Amino acid sequence: MATMNFATQLLQMLAGALLLISFAMLAERRSRRLVTLLVWQGVVLVASTALVAATAHQSHLYYSAALTLLLKVGLLPWILLRLMRKLGIERDNEPLVNVPTLMLVGLVLVIFAFGLAQPVSALATTIIRRTLGIALAVVLLAFLMILARRKAFTQVIGFLALENGLFFAATSTTYGMPLVVELGIALDLLVGVFIFGIFFFQISEQFDSLDLQHLESLKED
Amino acid sequence: MNMAVYVWQIGGCLLAIALAPLFAGWVTQCRAWLQNRSAPSLWQPYRMLRKLLHKDAAVATHASPLFRSAPYVVFATMALAAAIIPSVTTELPLARVADAIALVGLFATGRVFMALAAMDVGTAFGTLGARREMMIGFLTEPALLMVLFSAFLMFGSTALPAIVEGTLTAHQFVLHPSLAFAGVAFVMVLLAENARLPIDNPSTHLELTMIHEAMVLEYSARHLALIEWASWLKLFNYACIGFAVFMPWGIVVDGADPRRLVLAIAALLLKLVIAGAALALFETVSAKLRLFRAPEFLTMAFLLAVLGLLVHLLLEV
Amino acid sequence: MEILLVLGFPLLGAALLAVVGAQRYAAEVNVAVSLATLLAAAALVVRIIHGGPMTVAREQFFIDPFNVFLVALTALVGFTTAVFSRPYMRIEAGHGRLSPGRLRLYHSMYQLFMAAMFVALTTNNMGFLWVSMEAATLSTVLLVSLYRTRASIEAAWKYFILCGVGIALALFGTILLYVAAEGLLGGSDMDALLWTHLDAVKGQLEPRVMGLAFVFLLVGYGTKVGLAPLHNWLPDAHAEGPTPVSAVLSGLLLNVALYAVMRCKILADGALHSALPGHMLMGFGLLSTLLASFYLWRQRDIKRLFAYSSIEHMGIITFAFGMGGPVANFAGLLHMTVHSLTKSAIFFTAGHAAQSAGTQRMDGIRGLLALHPSVGWGLMLGSLAILGMPPFGVFASEYLILTTAMRDHPWATPILLIALAVAFAAIFSRVQPMVFGDTDARPLPHSPALVPVFVHLAIVLMLGVYIPPALAEWYRLAARLMAG
Repeated sequence: MATMNFATQLLQMLAGALLLISFAMLAERRSRRLVTLLVWQGVVLVASTALVAATAHQSHLYYSAALTLLLKVGLLPWILLRLMRKLGIERDNEPLVNVPTLMLVGLVLVIFAFGLAQPVSALATTIIRRTLGIALAVVLLAFLMILARRKAFTQVIGFLALENGLFFAATSTTYGMPLVVELGIALDLLVGVFIFGIFFFQISEQFDSLDLQHLESLKED
Repeated sequence: MNMAVYVWQIGGCLLAIALAPLFAGWVTQCRAWLQNRSAPSLWQPYRMLRKLLHKDAAVATHASPLFRSAPYVVFATMALAAAIIPSVTTELPLARVADAIALVGLFATGRVFMALAAMDVGTAFGTLGARREMMIGFLTEPALLMVLFSAFLMFGSTALPAIVEGTLTAHQFVLHPSLAFAGVAFVMVLLAENARLPIDNPSTHLELTMIHEAMVLEYSARHLALIEWASWLKLFNYACIGFAVFMPWGIVVDGADPRRLVLAIAALLLKLVIAGAALALFETVSAKLRLFRAPEFLTMAFLLAVLGLLVHLLLEV
Repeated sequence: MEILLVLGFPLLGAALLAVVGAQRYAAEVNVAVSLATLLAAAALVVRIIHGGPMTVAREQFFIDPFNVFLVALTALVGFTTAVFSRPYMRIEAGHGRLSPGRLRLYHSMYQLFMAAMFVALTTNNMGFLWVSMEAATLSTVLLVSLYRTRASIEAAWKYFILCGVGIALALFGTILLYVAAEGLLGGSDMDALLWTHLDAVKGQLEPRVMGLAFVFLLVGYGTKVGLAPLHNWLPDAHAEGPTPVSAVLSGLLLNVALYAVMRCKILADGALHSALPGHMLMGFGLLSTLLASFYLWRQRDIKRLFAYSSIEHMGIITFAFGMGGPVANFAGLLHMTVHSLTKSAIFFTAGHAAQSAGTQRMDGIRGLLALHPSVGWGLMLGSLAILGMPPFGVFASEYLILTTAMRDHPWATPILLIALAVAFAAIFSRVQPMVFGDTDARPLPHSPALVPVFVHLAIVLMLGVYIPPALAEWYRLAARLMAG
């Protein structure tokens, strides 16, 4: 334990914070606060990316960090908040049933993720790889959030949280993917969110609500 | 040397008993400031104790001996708990025989007596409060144990002094993500156990949703004084457990050198001032949860504590 | 530089159609661009057959017989679908279901979708493979919701979320792949994700990490293949999108996704030194086949019916690739070809059938033979072909797959046979009354473009009777490559 240097510990703290935010998102009812939590996740990502860049002397990760800052802390929340204003869902509350059960399922997912990542962590050449389990847990929790939500808007936030988990996996376990690939991923994400925006308008136009309970006509019959 | 240790064992316990009302007063004062009210004096809790102790006790006619003895038992458990929590020094002879699990047991004993006494007279409010208190206790205890287990795992001991020594004698400063989880969980448990804001409102006396106040409605005079004192002591104890596990700096780990003990007391006071202010701030910004949301809140605490354990196993082993 | 043309034409077309897509001649432009792409693809095929595998643009693109075969198939079906969509979309616009703006979106996205698939097929970089798969998803999401009806928006949303999640898992798999490779290939940025480099060192990739990576990649890309249990998006997207989109989704996108899975399987096979990846493919394939064949019974919508049939056939192909070995791979590739051609032909005729009946519900479609003999015959022959009737190519490939299964994995044969029999009964009992029977519907205003249908069916028929030696040799090469 004493061999870990301070940067690694800090990175692990950030990983822990990311996991904590994921759980908070799982239990959060207000759409507005979900966006805030998403921003916090972005901030943690920027910090961890910059930290990895500094410790591993990977200069291209600084660009990644800047890109994340721009996209996940700046642009995406701005788009989301604008959408919320335009759609008039700023004060939306989402009824969530049985949060304790949801939390316990989340806990099981975390155990599953840690177990799955164990073989990779076990052969960690860089100690940083231990955070892979946390990244996977964040991904699975976001997955759970998408499943548990009934509103289109919150599902999208779950989707973005999923991307955050993946991004964390990429930066913290491998010192980042090649920059070109990252650019491509960021572009896809941006386009995706724009399409989400178009969708919100289409859904709210057609159904007068963003509640996905209306979207249940296509069932097997 | 040996004698000095025993002196400090008793002295530390008395110090806690003496400081507890002051800490409660400080929290109340901070809350009043934050809410732009004129604050009651810092010594208000002492005055209240004096007032209550001078009155004659009125006891319901159906009350059993349990009702009369409960305040003493509750106070005794809290005082004993104060004796085994290393708040100033880790050289506590009692802590060698009672570890942190025994500590949780002491809290549980106090709770059971409190609930039994509340039901004893048979009023509606008492039973209501007792039931709620047991529900909360049922949820907080596992969470508290999980928090402590994270610390136990880290230092390989179930004794609080060993945990304090483990942190303070480490060669370098180590950040533990698991302790961050445990810390958040612990604060949630602290709030629930001490009838603080999101779960119960400490500043009300007659409300349908209250928990602690509902249980003590039948008590008066010296009985009420002891119970209130015990509840302040409980808050103080919880604060000290928090200090011991999460920020033990300042606690004396070797010997009982009087000068260093004075320094340690100063450090303790400083931590109490900060913790009290933080508690007041948190209570001011948060709204009371409806009672049926309380299990949700406490499940969250339990979950965070378990997560702390898991993170510890993944990252720090 | 045929590869540049193959990628460039659709991209240019997308840009061009984004401007002129609402004009009267937009459909012709679409056809022309697709034809140019097809020609470029043909040139690329000739070059690969003569010159062997090659890498282009600092190894960022890699073409071998396996993917050039899919490039050719994609370009061909892309072209015929463009031909089909010309009168089809005109009828839709005539019915007032599409505004000029939507038509422009449709044309532009169609080409963008083709471009994304070509990039996915030819890229050498596993990261880019992911990016282009995601791009293909995004471009088709807008196509599925083109009609802006409640059902189409719902279908598109489901498609988006499910495929988004699936593809996110694939990204996690890609990251793990990078973890496994980074130590061997060095962190020198680009190289560690190049498939050719990974292939060269696949024997030394850390097996545990690769195993985990393959599971994620299989589930992730498998969602796009439509493998059970993550197949839910597929019937909805096929049923609610415009018919040309159903045709390319079923005929092309599923193949491309399966191609991505296969690229990963080759690496996993090399790293794991075990049959585990193959067994996983077989399991998913069998499950999908069986599940889809029983779901077929419950369908009322003609496009949903054939969408489930697509799941069934993708399951069969996945099973074949899972068995591995030259014969099974050969059969799988053959099945991929004939399924693409037949299924897109069926969607063409089904689209016109639905247009003339004014509904996609099968009990509303009757007497096609009386109304439009060509549509009726097309649907009948197409259905017979997809059900594996002897003279058609599907019979040949299914026969090969079944005999291989009987030899190597006898336990799987009854399951496959049951699934095929159930599917046969389900589809035939639905198609028969649609083709025969009486109707009072009026014929379509524009004559349907059924040349693509009969061209596809003719090729399928030919492949069932006689596979040209050059083509067989090409399949054999690709099959050998897939065996690693």
